[in-house]
Amino acid sequence: MKEKYTIGKFIIHLILIAGIVIVAFPFIWMIMSSLKSLTDFYDFSFLPKSIDLSGYIYTFEETGFLRWYLNSFIVAVVVTVSNIIFCSLIGYTLAKFRFFGARGIFILILSTMMIPTEMLVIPWYVLSSDMQWVDSYWGIMFPGMMEAFGIFLMRQFMGNVPDDILDAARIDGMGEFKIWWRVAMPQVKPAISALAIITFLGNWNAYLWPVIVTSTAEMRTLPVGISLYGTSDAGGIQWNTIMAMSTLTVIPMIIVFLIFQRQIVEGIALTGTKG
Amino acid sequence: MNNNRKTLDQMMTLRTRRMLIAYAFLFIPVLFYLGVRIVPAIQALSMSFTHEGSSVFTLDHYKMLLQDEVFWISVKNTILYVVIVVPLQMLLGLLIALGIERVNRFKWFYRIVFFLPYMTSIVAISWVWRLIYEPNTGLLNKVLDWLNLPVQGWLTHPDTALISVSIVIIWQMMGFCMLIFTAGLQVIPRQLYEAAEIDGAGRWKRFWMVTFPLLNPTIVFLAIIGVIQTLQTFTQIANLTGGATGGGLGGPLHSTSSVVVYMYNQGFRDYNLHFAAASTVFLFILILIVTLIQFRVLNKSYKL
Repeated sequence: MKEKYTIGKFIIHLILIAGIVIVAFPFIWMIMSSLKSLTDFYDFSFLPKSIDLSGYIYTFEETGFLRWYLNSFIVAVVVTVSNIIFCSLIGYTLAKFRFFGARGIFILILSTMMIPTEMLVIPWYVLSSDMQWVDSYWGIMFPGMMEAFGIFLMRQFMGNVPDDILDAARIDGMGEFKIWWRVAMPQVKPAISALAIITFLGNWNAYLWPVIVTSTAEMRTLPVGISLYGTSDAGGIQWNTIMAMSTLTVIPMIIVFLIFQRQIVEGIALTGTKG
Repeated sequence: MNNNRKTLDQMMTLRTRRMLIAYAFLFIPVLFYLGVRIVPAIQALSMSFTHEGSSVFTLDHYKMLLQDEVFWISVKNTILYVVIVVPLQMLLGLLIALGIERVNRFKWFYRIVFFLPYMTSIVAISWVWRLIYEPNTGLLNKVLDWLNLPVQGWLTHPDTALISVSIVIIWQMMGFCMLIFTAGLQVIPRQLYEAAEIDGAGRWKRFWMVTFPLLNPTIVFLAIIGVIQTLQTFTQIANLTGGATGGGLGGPLHSTSSVVVYMYNQGFRDYNLHFAAASTVFLFILILIVTLIQFRVLNKSYKL
């Protein structure tokens, strides 16, 4: 009986390892391809014949790659900070204050989750054109400043903060704004870090709206920059450059993920199960 | 001035004071939600019923939409994406989650690696897959060639393009499903399995009698999320097929085009914004139907 279990487990390990090979292979292929010269692509060699950095050199010298990186970083950080502040403040207010219209406002916000972004991008684009927001950071960022999902999540968690500690702070003479920031916020740290991870990731990878609202190469975010570089070339795709760009995009994300693996995995599982 | 404020404070009860604070906190958010969500949604609707520069009600866009063959191809493809992607990513995610639950070692390592694709940029990874799929120089066809199997056109052939895009989506999403299933599996009480084992239930029976029913809320959640996400598929298609055919996205011969790709081509390549708005209203209705079904099914599963 015992031996049978071990063999069963061994087979499961083998299957899982086969799965891991399939899952990880594109990453390995990406890195290897980024180190090939263009001729290696045309006569197909499995490994790079010699380490060729021309894809990387081209990326840094001839494209706006670093600027795209910076743009993506600015957009993702600002939107994440905005969501942490607004979603938690809104969630806190909706969970802890009794006032006329509280339910109505909550339903209004939640109901917008049913509106697909695709339906909104057209009016957003018209608005951005009228307001001269096209091709600006604000234009890329404004639609996502406070996401309904984050408000929903924060309201759930703020609801669990005990009223006693809030009242105690009030008796101590703390202002309401300070109570939210100094007393309630530290109580919901896991939800805040989950929200931060989801928001950062979502904005770092966002494509549809940034591709619509940017027009010059300088204002592109990283995904838009890579995508338009890849699709707009006249003389065939420069595979080593595209793979160098992909590697430079993906590897830092993997490193950050490996550093914060527990927080990220738990954060996403948390939002997945609570949302 | 200070005295005035004090008397005002005294006049207000604590209740009204707190109400005013709540309104102050929510003032900007409510303006934001009206201005950036509600009004634009109404505007999209009204755009779909008018021509540019006119406010006369018209059904022209909808008539054109229903007569456009490419639109119907895109609708059919979108449904195909949902039918292919959602069940497969969930099944694979569940199998991986169950497999990892069964082993004692390297659990965390397996989870991290299977989850990796979900963490990485869709655009970057789509280009990696595009390279792998390249018909002449790509790895996949080289491997098929070595194995003496017929090579395929993958993304360049209308028969295989949609499947090729679907594989990329599944590859990226199954890790997410695995993670949510793992969270679902971990809350199932161990005693239930022990009780079933004492009753003589085999492994297969234990899965169907214990695991599966208790995973029901997780399955429903993943199905709904998966359907809504897949109905909105755009980025993978844009990057896997864009530029290759010279025209709009979603080639070859519109075989990979989805409703959102159709909207993008109409709205932001040809700048028929009012016509594109009509196609997004259609998408909205599709998602609304799914959401309504979600409420029904969720209510049902909670009653069990």
